[in-house]
Amino acid sequence: MASSNQVANDLVMDVRGLTKRFPVGGPRDKREVHAVQDATFSIPRQEIVTLVGESGSGKSTTARLIARLIEPTEGEILYNGVDILKNEKNASLSYRSDVQMVFQDPFGSLNPAHTVEYILERPLKIHKKTRGRKETRDRIYELLDTVGLGPAAEVAAKFPYELSGGQRQRVAFARALSVEPKVMLADEPVSMLDVSIRAGVLNLMKRLADEQGLSFLYITHDIASARYIADKTNVMYAGRMVESAESTELVEKPAHPYTKLLLSAVPNPHAGLRTREVHTRGEIPSLIDPPPGCPFAPRCPHVMPVCREVMPPPVTISPGHWVRCHLYDGEPLDSVGT
Amino acid sequence: MTIANQQNVATPVAREDLLRIEHLKVEYLAGRGSVRAVDDVTFSVGKGEVIGLAGESGSGKSTIAQAILRILQPPAIITGGHVYFEGKDVLAMSDRQLRDFRWEGVSMVFQSAMNSLSPVATIGMQIVDGIQAHRKVSDSEARRMAAELLEIVGIEGNRIDSYPHQLSGGMRQRAVIAIALALQPPLMIMDEPTTALDVVVQREILAKITELKEQFGFSILFITHDMSLLVEISDRIAIMYAGEIIEMAPSRELFEHPLHPYTQGLMESFPALTGPRRKLEGIPGSPPDLISPPSGCRFHPRCPKRFGPCDSVRTKLVEVRPGHLVACHLYAEEFASAIQRDAPRSEVADGQ
Repeated sequence: MASSNQVANDLVMDVRGLTKRFPVGGPRDKREVHAVQDATFSIPRQEIVTLVGESGSGKSTTARLIARLIEPTEGEILYNGVDILKNEKNASLSYRSDVQMVFQDPFGSLNPAHTVEYILERPLKIHKKTRGRKETRDRIYELLDTVGLGPAAEVAAKFPYELSGGQRQRVAFARALSVEPKVMLADEPVSMLDVSIRAGVLNLMKRLADEQGLSFLYITHDIASARYIADKTNVMYAGRMVESAESTELVEKPAHPYTKLLLSAVPNPHAGLRTREVHTRGEIPSLIDPPPGCPFAPRCPHVMPVCREVMPPPVTISPGHWVRCHLYDGEPLDSVGT
Repeated sequence: MTIANQQNVATPVAREDLLRIEHLKVEYLAGRGSVRAVDDVTFSVGKGEVIGLAGESGSGKSTIAQAILRILQPPAIITGGHVYFEGKDVLAMSDRQLRDFRWEGVSMVFQSAMNSLSPVATIGMQIVDGIQAHRKVSDSEARRMAAELLEIVGIEGNRIDSYPHQLSGGMRQRAVIAIALALQPPLMIMDEPTTALDVVVQREILAKITELKEQFGFSILFITHDMSLLVEISDRIAIMYAGEIIEMAPSRELFEHPLHPYTQGLMESFPALTGPRRKLEGIPGSPPDLISPPSGCRFHPRCPKRFGPCDSVRTKLVEVRPGHLVACHLYAEEFASAIQRDAPRSEVADGQ
């Protein structure tokens, strides 16, 4: 990761030290869920950046923080170099249209009572993107065409229940595209789709990045799909980002023991049919007032005494590849806090 | 497919089959007409064998599982075919016989099984329930067996008095497997047993299942849409599309030489962790509406290799390589000349 000042112009989104703690418990028993701690990463223009992690790792919370659906406890979100958390107390309409989100469940995210045309017309009207009925309709058809749904007039007249999962997810993409966003936050957009249509949706994201100059934050638990479409992959574990690298490098030369564990667990027939050993036990620790030290220490096969005491700082182990683990010595990464 | 085709489908030694399904048909009576969710499906599960059943949502794979156990609810009805378990005709069983057949003969781990536990009973109580419903054992003996089962699936015995909400998803899933193991049935049906779990937990549970299978020697009918998982765990795989089995082969053979264009498409649909980053093509279109399934081969509207007879002639499952069955006109002798005319033969002969 290059120093952030000089390349600020190329980074659409630059997230620094983003932290979210949710209060839980009663007045006598105040505790906090540390959902996301010190997330630091950036999204370069026209690139696809992935957050990969298991459930409860904080990846969806991170996306929701960036979309400003919830407010962070600490941290900065620089959008085109401007700290939007300081500048806009409530997210402005322009930020909300520039940063769009696509959700996991295309069955739940589209209003079942309305046609596709209505669903796509709403954001166009709210954000005043088109004028008059004809222009609106043309734009809706154009959007459906962009996401590969056709014939447009026919699809526009349909209700969500008449569409398959993959088609619905494409409508969700069309809706997000309708307001001409710069950044799309896609939260597990293919995990509920049938295998044979996942590739189509992934390719759509790739095409939108290449052809329309969109930048993506792609959130997934599937590290193979991250390798497939993402330029850069960040691994999250228990609310912390533990490793970050160019996607191919991350899969080929994983450094953090958790990343290695994740990779060894993925079913991969290409690697042969051997039953691979998984060298760990236990599950993600509770995020309520977590103990100091590395969150992976209880499961880590290489755990050392220091791991349970001190949170390892992120260190750069090769250009563009950093890891948060005591096993590695390297240049401290100043743009990622401690 | 017709009865005449049976000899192609049958495995050579029928005696070793634990479960045999012949020409099974299941229909859902819907308002707009009947949906043939399972259409003339024939396959068998050998002793100690792991059969993978793969397909997309709506392909009929879960319906087959429910038909085997006869737990289909109206409007779903079995309209034809036979299910034989250890030579006995399951579809002809009385309620009394069914009661023994279920759980002692075949147990099932349901999709999102971790939510199939009762929230108001401890996992120990739920295992004891299952044991005592079928075996005359004392409370303390049943409890001892329950603790042992939990140990077997990798849950500490002292969690026996935990309620499901006190356990993580992975542990609940293990508890459900413990219940399915309780009576040591010769066949376990697992319907997407790990789909809702994280990959690391999924890997642990699969390793456990494989280990238990080696230990107890039961057979597994493993149902999932995750091809890469299935290739790793199964001995043989059957691919379903729109209610029919369209290809069946030993898993390595299927993975290396998929013959049906749909299977080939599926294999091109999930990104690999290793090897060069290639563009995935997926399969255009979506699975058909089974109320009015496409004529001829049901896959033909999405098929990149369709030719002459595909939109009019139904396909048959035939053995084209040893143990490798496929239902596709590309491999049917009667259309060989048509293929030569319509499509480049080299493409057809792929993987031969």
